[in-house]
Formats: sequence, structure tokens, C-alpha cells
Amino acid sequence: MSLKHWAYALAAATVLSLPAIPAAQAEDSIYVPLFTYRTGPFAGSGTPIADGMHDYLTMLNERDGGIGGVKLVIEECETGYDTKKGLECYESVKPKHPVMVNPWSTGITLPLIPKAAVDKIPVLSMAYGLSASAKGDIFPWVFNPPATYWDGFTQILKYIAAQEGGGVEKLKGKKIGYIFLDASFGREPLPLIESLSKELGFEAKLYPVAAADMQNQSSQWLNVRRDRPDYMILYGWGALNSTAVKEAVKTNYPMEKFISIWWPSEDDARGGGDKATGFKTLNWHAVGANFPLIADIQKYVVDKGKSQVSSKDKVGQVLYNRGVYNSMLIAEAIRTAQKVSGHKVVTGEDVRRGLEDLNIDAARYKEMGLENFAGPVKLTCADHNGHFSTFIQRWDGKQYVKVSDYITPMTDKVEPLLEADAKAYAEKNAPWPKRTEPCDKAS
Amino acid sequence: MTLLYSIFVDPFVQMVQMPDLLAQTLWEGLVSGVLYALIALGFVLIFKASGVFNFAQGIMVVFSGLTLVGLYEKFAAAGFSGPLAAFTALALAVLVMLILAMVIERTVLRPLVNQPDIILFMATFGVTYLLIGFGEMVFGGDPKQMITDQLFLPRGAYDVAMLGGHVSFQKIDIAATVIASLMIAGLAIFFQKTRIGRALRAVADSHKAALSVGISLNQIWVIVWFAAGVVALVTGIMWGARSDVSFALQIVALKAFPVLILGGFTSVPGAIVGGLIIGIGEKLGEFYWGPLVGGGIESWLAYVIALLFLLYRPQGLFGDKIIERI
Repeated sequence: MSLKHWAYALAAATVLSLPAIPAAQAEDSIYVPLFTYRTGPFAGSGTPIADGMHDYLTMLNERDGGIGGVKLVIEECETGYDTKKGLECYESVKPKHPVMVNPWSTGITLPLIPKAAVDKIPVLSMAYGLSASAKGDIFPWVFNPPATYWDGFTQILKYIAAQEGGGVEKLKGKKIGYIFLDASFGREPLPLIESLSKELGFEAKLYPVAAADMQNQSSQWLNVRRDRPDYMILYGWGALNSTAVKEAVKTNYPMEKFISIWWPSEDDARGGGDKATGFKTLNWHAVGANFPLIADIQKYVVDKGKSQVSSKDKVGQVLYNRGVYNSMLIAEAIRTAQKVSGHKVVTGEDVRRGLEDLNIDAARYKEMGLENFAGPVKLTCADHNGHFSTFIQRWDGKQYVKVSDYITPMTDKVEPLLEADAKAYAEKNAPWPKRTEPCDKAS
Repeated sequence: MTLLYSIFVDPFVQMVQMPDLLAQTLWEGLVSGVLYALIALGFVLIFKASGVFNFAQGIMVVFSGLTLVGLYEKFAAAGFSGPLAAFTALALAVLVMLILAMVIERTVLRPLVNQPDIILFMATFGVTYLLIGFGEMVFGGDPKQMITDQLFLPRGAYDVAMLGGHVSFQKIDIAATVIASLMIAGLAIFFQKTRIGRALRAVADSHKAALSVGISLNQIWVIVWFAAGVVALVTGIMWGARSDVSFALQIVALKAFPVLILGGFTSVPGAIVGGLIIGIGEKLGEFYWGPLVGGGIESWLAYVIALLFLLYRPQGLFGDKIIERI
């Protein structure tokens, strides 16, 4: 090949490798990438969430022409729940000026935390990720409402204590099993468990499940049979949840005493058959499609063939509504950002302020067509989580039914630990930048 | 001292004190081992006949299971459900595995014949990702419930009071063990007693010698890949009935690697014995020794067991002895 040919080839390669000019860079749109996983071992959990997120934002475009008259550019990036692919997604969306990212994986969230402040892209890790990132003074660019994994664990403990007929003192002498995905997500509450088991006097039995053994848990459940925990707590994801329910049934573990964090779906419980009745999970929002806003999703998105849901009855299921909730936070943050910044086409910096000033009360839920869908959300400059209440829902063989009042987390126990953990994180990652972003009056 | 007691004494005390749990652990290990053996068998069949290490065997388990359940769902959506629909879907899934074998032979193996083994190995990587993408495109990424009842596979368990406690035998596990054993026996008879079986063994011994006596390599490859596909389908049904049919099963299939290291890449009995040793070994290890290190040792213990065997028999338990002239 001559020098001239080499020059042509180089020029052609350069042109081809230039990123396409994204629509988001246009003046009249807001770029919202969604990190999703519709493929791979965790697709069972990832697909309904992706559908809910995508459909809500699409509905806003179709019904309202976007937010505040500005169209949203929605783009999914498939991570396969793989941290490496998630980081590739982040790098690919970064030049398009996203107003925020939603990693949908604790493993992907953790490496994005230090990048967020540098790239000025807020990270919304809704009820997952690093629990300590709730501390807005140390993590001004990371948000994890409405509750952390640590809050969730204490809420389950409080429910267990209530089942035993009293307060947390009833946990003393109890044996509580914790079966979890042996990854960043499942290991997140381990420091809390270690601390609380000493303080409250319960014995914690740990049953880690490697991702490779999600569908091969018989060893863990043999250990459960030997140890006979009084209660079992599950922090699973993907195929781990459905297999855990089946194994619990197989082991004859009393399902009424098997309680999960907020991730299992209807299909996860259904796979256990009739004997899975009684399985419980935390939740903070309604299930079902009986809300005007979800009717609009049906009308403007699903009925028009603009959704990827495999069947219409998936709309309103627990993880679909979880995706809807996530996109509601995205949309409300953008709306608030438009208000506080005065810009129609907001930037990541504006949306960070929008998240800090987020205030979704009952009146706003009603206005959106989501009356009684979930509890109020109010974030502040210092508190990026809110540590809101959740409730227990019980699988009745056909659907999840709410069976408890709202349960507050053990803030008195979690707060000092979160504070210490946030400081430890900053020290470990020194020099961790001091917060320079001013707080709005509203927050 | 306490640590030594925990490692060398306490587990055995537990085995004596709670023999029912020991029996349960052995049973769980046996069932896992049989299923690992089935997956490993798929690898061995192809390796013996074509010298290809088929990395796609794991995804073939998922793809065949998804094809079965996906076809049934499509029938059910059209109003055709029940056992007849399930067995029609099963027959079609077998047919799909035959077509897959023919396509792979025609588009992958034949053009790459006489290429170095590593090229063929990499080609099976390509087949893996193609099947993942194709499976997700046609059937979606959602986990699917195996059509257990429609295929007349049993549910429930026999709880047997024994050894001072009880041992639970899941009916689906018993069925999996019986079906896998019958399948292995059937394959053994096929290899030993039939004309095609003998031709397969001839190809395994020497491609050139087999060609010289008129055996069609292409035909043999199709048969072998089809047999591996059927084995994958049976594994997909059995494992899918125990949990779900999802792409996570592909990871479970990786457990066949230590089985192959242990049993040898060319030995059917090796795959069976290797599967049982790995299955029972990892369950015993996780149950009795896992708690010492916080659990979760099962995922790597299988490889440790295999490596320990390798130190003494690099060719595996039943693999052909490596003799090289220097």
C-alpha cells in the first residue's frame, strides 16, 4: 500500500470513528441515557425495570412533548449487569452530555462515584449502590433515594421484631440467616450486619451465593437446614431470587419467615408453586396498573407498539412499576432543575441541583396521576437518600399484597454507621474533593 | 489448635452426629454430579469425533431449553396447549438441534477443516455468541418456567425418615438421575453396538484412517453435534425444571470444565465419574468446610479438586495416556 493509500485509509478511519453528533447536543433536547440489561443471566430482573423506565419517559415525549416543552432523547445502553460493560456504556454516553446516569448495578455504581464530580454527571442509584453515598456533603453528585440497603436491612429486622411481638429487643438470641449474591450488592450490608448483630444480640448466619451458582444453591440451603435460622433474609438478583424461593420450598423452610429486600418479582415467587405462598419482600410503591399515569403509558406507548414489554399484563408488575418510579425521579429532577436554574435545556449540573431540591409530595403524585402510588420524596443538600419508610408485601400465590404499615429504618443505628462509612470512604480515596457546590435555599 | 480441630475433626463429628444430613448432602451432590456429567458428555462427544473443544456446549443447553419452552409458549398463545403441545414442542426442539448441527457442520466445521485446533475452538466462541443473540432475539431474555407438568415430569418430594432424621428426595431430581443414567447407557450402547457408533469411534481414533475406509466425516460430525444437542436439550429440561430456563444456566455449564479436567476430554466414563466426584466433592466441601471461611467456596472448590487430580494424572482419570516420542 502506498503512502497515499495509507493517508486515505487513515482519513477514512478518522471520519468513521468520530462519534455521531448526538441529538442531545441540539439545543432543543435533553439526553437521558438508560443503562439497562435485557440480556444475560440477570435479564429476568433487568428487563421489566428497563421496560418501566423506558415507557415512562417515552410517554412523556408522546403525551407532553417531553418535559417543560423540551423533548427527551432516550437511549438504552446494554450492560448485561457487567461492570466492565457498564463502564464502557458510561464512556460512550459521556461525550453526549447526559443529564444523569442510572447504572442499575451496585458494581457499576461504585467506580462511577469518583467520576461523577469530575465529569459533572449526577449518578442516580435508586435504592442501590453505596449506602454511604446518601451523605450529600461528601458525595454531592450521587443520589440513592428512597432508602439504602442498610435501611432495608433494619426495616426487615424491625418487621421480624414485630412478628416476635415487640421491639428490637426481641431479636436477642434469634438466629437470622442472610443469603446473598456474593457481589458488591449483596456484600453492601455486611458491615451493618456485623455491627447490629453485636449490638442487638442476634446471631447472623451468612450464606453467600456466587454468581456462577445462582441456579445451584443446594449447598447453601443444606446449611440453612442444619443451622435452622429463625428467619431468613434474601438479597438476591436475577435468577438467584427464583432459585432461592424454590430451594426454600424444597427445604421446607417456613415461607412466612423468609423475607427479601425489594428486588424479587412476581415470576420469582410464582416459580416456587403453591408452597411459595407467604414469601415476603420489602417495597415502597404500589403494584398494579390502576393509576391514570400508567393508563397513559398504556395508551401512548404500549398500545402504539412503542414499548418492548413481552405482554401487556407485565405493565403494573412490581419491577415494571419500579422502573416507572425510577423514571419518575428522573423526570421530576429534570422538571425541578428547569425551575431552579431557569434553563429549559438543562445540564448535568442543573439536574444535580434538581435532585437536591426534589420534593414530591402527595399533591404532586396526584397531579402526575400517581395518587397513593408511593410515599413522598424530599431530598436535601445533606441527605441524598431520605431514608424513607418501606412496607412488607406478601406473596399470596397470585400477587403481592401489602401486609404491613410503613416501617421506618433504624435511623439511630444506621446514621452513625453511614457517617463513619462515608468518612472512611473519603479517607480511603484521599484526596477526596471537598464539596464546593453551593446548596440551594430550598434544600 | 481450634482451627485444626475445625478442619480435621469437627466435620467428621458432624457427619457421625447427623447422618441424615450427610445422606442429604451426598444425594444433592449425586444429582448435581449427574447433571454436570451430562453437560460434560456433550463436550466429550464432540471432542472425540472432531477434536473440537466446543465452547458453545453451555449455551446449547440454554438455547435448546429456551427453544422448547419458547415454542410451547407460542403454541399456547395460539390456543394449543397441554401435553400434546408440549411433546410437539419437544419434537420440534429436537429438530431444531438437528438443523443447528447441520448448519454448524456446513458453515463452521467444513470450511475450517484441517485448520489448527485453536481456530476451531475460537469458531465455537463465535457460535456461542451467535446463539446467545439469536436466542434472545427470538425468545427474549426473560427466564422461563420449564413446562414440567405438561411433559409429565414429577413435582414434590419423598421425605424418608432415616438415620435418625429425614432425607428429602425431590421427585424431579430422581427423574433427572434416572433419565440421565438411561441417556448415558443409551449413548454407550450406541457407540459400542451400532454401525454409526463404530464409525464415530473410528473417526475419534484417526480422521485419515476413517476417511480411507469410506467413512464420511461430514456425516459423522452432523451426527455427533446432533447427539450433543440432544444431550444439551435433556440437560436444559432437567436443570430448567429445578430452577428456571434462563441465560444464567450458561454459567452453570461452566462447571463441566473441572469435570473434563478430571475425567479427560475423550472419555465418556470419565465424564460420568468426573461429574460425580465434582458434584459430591463440592457439596461436601461447601457444607462441612465452607462455613470455616464464610461459605461460598463451591464455585472454586471444583477446580481445586480437579487440579489435585491433575497433579497425579495429567491426562485425567480416564483420558488417553500421553505418550510422546522425543
